Amino acid sequence: MDKTPENKSHDSSRRQFVGYGAAMAGLAIAPGVTLFDLAHGRAPEEAASSKVRWGMLIDSGKCATGCDDCVSACGKENGFSGTRETDSQWIRKVEIKDLRSGQSHSLPMMCQHCEHPPCVDVCPTGASFKRADGIVLVDRHICIGCRYCMMACPYKARSFVHEELHDQNPDVPRGKGCVESCTLCVHRVDKGGQPACADACSEAGHNAILFGDLNDPNSEISKRVTTLATTQVRADLGLNVGVRYQGL
Amino acid sequence: MNIEAFRKIEERAFYALAGLLGLVVLIGLGAAHYMETHGHVVTGMNNQIVWGLPHVFAIFMIVAASGVLNVASIGSVFGKPIYKARAPLSALLAIALLAGGLTVLMLDLGRPDRLIVAMTHFNFKSIFALNVILYTGFFAIVAIYIWTMMERKMYAYSKYVGFSAFIWRLALTTATGSIFGFLVARQAYNTAILAPMFIIMSFAYGLAVFILVQSFMYAWNGMKLDPAILRRMKNLLATFAGAVLYFTIVYHLTNLYFAKQAAFERFILIDGGVFTTLFWVGQILVGALIPIGMLLHPTMGSKSKTVLWASALIILGGFAQLYVVVIGGQAFPLEMFPGMQESSSFFDGAIHHYSPTLPEFLLGVGGLGIAFLITTIAVRVLNFLPRDHSHPVAQDALTD
Repeated sequence: MDKTPENKSHDSSRRQFVGYGAAMAGLAIAPGVTLFDLAHGRAPEEAASSKVRWGMLIDSGKCATGCDDCVSACGKENGFSGTRETDSQWIRKVEIKDLRSGQSHSLPMMCQHCEHPPCVDVCPTGASFKRADGIVLVDRHICIGCRYCMMACPYKARSFVHEELHDQNPDVPRGKGCVESCTLCVHRVDKGGQPACADACSEAGHNAILFGDLNDPNSEISKRVTTLATTQVRADLGLNVGVRYQGL
Repeated sequence: MNIEAFRKIEERAFYALAGLLGLVVLIGLGAAHYMETHGHVVTGMNNQIVWGLPHVFAIFMIVAASGVLNVASIGSVFGKPIYKARAPLSALLAIALLAGGLTVLMLDLGRPDRLIVAMTHFNFKSIFALNVILYTGFFAIVAIYIWTMMERKMYAYSKYVGFSAFIWRLALTTATGSIFGFLVARQAYNTAILAPMFIIMSFAYGLAVFILVQSFMYAWNGMKLDPAILRRMKNLLATFAGAVLYFTIVYHLTNLYFAKQAAFERFILIDGGVFTTLFWVGQILVGALIPIGMLLHPTMGSKSKTVLWASALIILGGFAQLYVVVIGGQAFPLEMFPGMQESSSFFDGAIHHYSPTLPEFLLGVGGLGIAFLITTIAVRVLNFLPRDHSHPVAQDALTD
C-alpha cells in the first residue's frame, strides 16, 4: 500500500480510534480488575503454606478459674454471645477436677485444629476442610447443615447456627443453618496478627495462651513444645492436634 | 361393613385415603418450611443433641426400606415361591420408605436449599457421601428390579437384578450403621458391631412393615391371606426380632467389657431416665420379648391378629431403639478428660437435654405419609398385589 497523505491521515485516525477504544475498554474493566486484585491480594498458596503449621500452647497453670477474657474477646471478635443450649460457643472455659487427687484445672477449649480432623473426614460435601497451614475451617458456601461434623468432633468444638443472625462482623461471615467453629482468627492471622483470645490473654497479663508456628524450630511455641511436657486432649485418637496444653 | 358394600365405595375410599395421606405430607412440608424459616431454634435440637426426632423417623424408614426388600430377596435370590409372589410389593415398599426417609433427612438440613450442593460436591472419605451414592443407586436398582418382575420380556433378568439389589442393600445398611459406627469421638458409637446390627434391625423392621401393609391390602381387596404364608412369615419375624435382641446384648457387652464404657452403659441401662425406660420397656419388652412370645405361642401365634399386633409392637420397639441409639447416644456427654469431672458453660460433663417439639414430629410423620402415599398410589395404578394362586409353584410350596 502506498503512503499517500490521504492514506496517512486515514491510518492515524484509525490508530486514534483503536487507541480510544483501548482506553475505553481499559476504563470499563478497570474496576473489575481492581476488585479481582483486592480479592486475590495474595495467591492462596502464599496465604496458606504447608511450611507453616499454626498452633497454640495453653498453660493451664496460668489460666485462672473464673477468668473468661479469652471467651469474651472471641465473642466480640467473631460476633457471638449467649450460653443457651442453642447458642454458638466457639471457645469455652472448661473446669476439670481429678476425682482421685482432687486437683483441678481451668482451661479454654476450642477447635483443636487437628492434623487428621474427624470433622473433615465425615463432611459429605467437603465444606469442612483443613488449610495447608493447619487451620480447620468450614466453607460456608457448601455447608448443607447436616451436623455430622458435630457428631464426629471429639472436642464438642462445633456449633450450629440455630436462628437468624444480626450485626455480624464483616470479616467473619456466619449464617443460619450452617455449622461453625473457631477459625483460629484466620482473618487476623492472614494479616500477620494472632487470634483474639491469645491477644486478650496477654493484654490482661495472664500469658496463658501462646500462638505460633509449630513448624518453625525457632518459634517460642516450638521450643516449648519440644522441651516441656505438653498434652494433647484425646491423644488416644491420634489426631495430632494443633492446640496443646501444658500443666495438666 | 361387608365386602360388597365396600366394593361400591372403593374408589371413593381410595381418594379419601390418598387425600388423608396427602394432608399428612402437606403438614410435614409445612413443618419443614417453618423449621427452615425460623431456624432449628424452633425444634428441641441444640448444640448438644444435634440430631433429633427427624433423624429417628428418617433412619427408621431408611433401615426399614432396606429390610422390606428382604421379602423380594428371599423370593428372587433364594427361590422361595411364596416370597417371589410378594417381591414386587416388597420392592415398591423399599422405594417408598427410602423416599420418605430421605425426604425427612433432607428437609431437616440446616440448608435444605443446598440439596444441589450435596449432589454435586462429594468428599469420598465421608461415609455420608457414600450413603448419598448408595441411596441413589438403590432407587435405580430397585426400580429396574420392579421392571424385570412386571415386564414379561424381562423376567429372565429378574434373578440377576434381584441379586444385585440384595448385595446393594446389604452395603447400604452397612453404610447406614457405619454413620454411627465410625464416630470415634462418642462412647455410644465407635464400634463396628453397629453395621451388622443395623442390618438385622432392617430385617425385623422391614418384615414387620411388610406384614402390616400386606394385610391391609388383602383386607382392602376382600381377600384372605393363606394362614400357611402368614405362619412362615411370623416364624421369620420372630427369628429376626430375636436376632436384634441378640445383637443388642452383644453391643452392650462390648461396651462394658471391651470398650470399658461403664459410665455410658450405666446411663442407658440404669439411671438414664427416659432413655432407660425406652430401652427396657420400649425396646426390650414391647419391641422384643412380648412380640417374640406372641409369635412363638403354640396356639395364639398362628392367628393373623397376633401376627399383626406383634408386627406393630416390633415397629414401636424399633422407634424406641433408634431413639435410644441416636438421642441417648448424644445425651451422654463426651469424655474428653478420662477420670476427671468436667464442667463448662457449654454443658460439658452434664447429661444433655432434649425435648422434641411439634414441628419436628410432624416432619417425621410427614415422611411416613410420603412413603404410604407412594405405596397407595402405586398399588392402585400397577399390579402389586401378591397373587399366590397364579403361581402353581407357590401352591405346591403352600402344601408342604
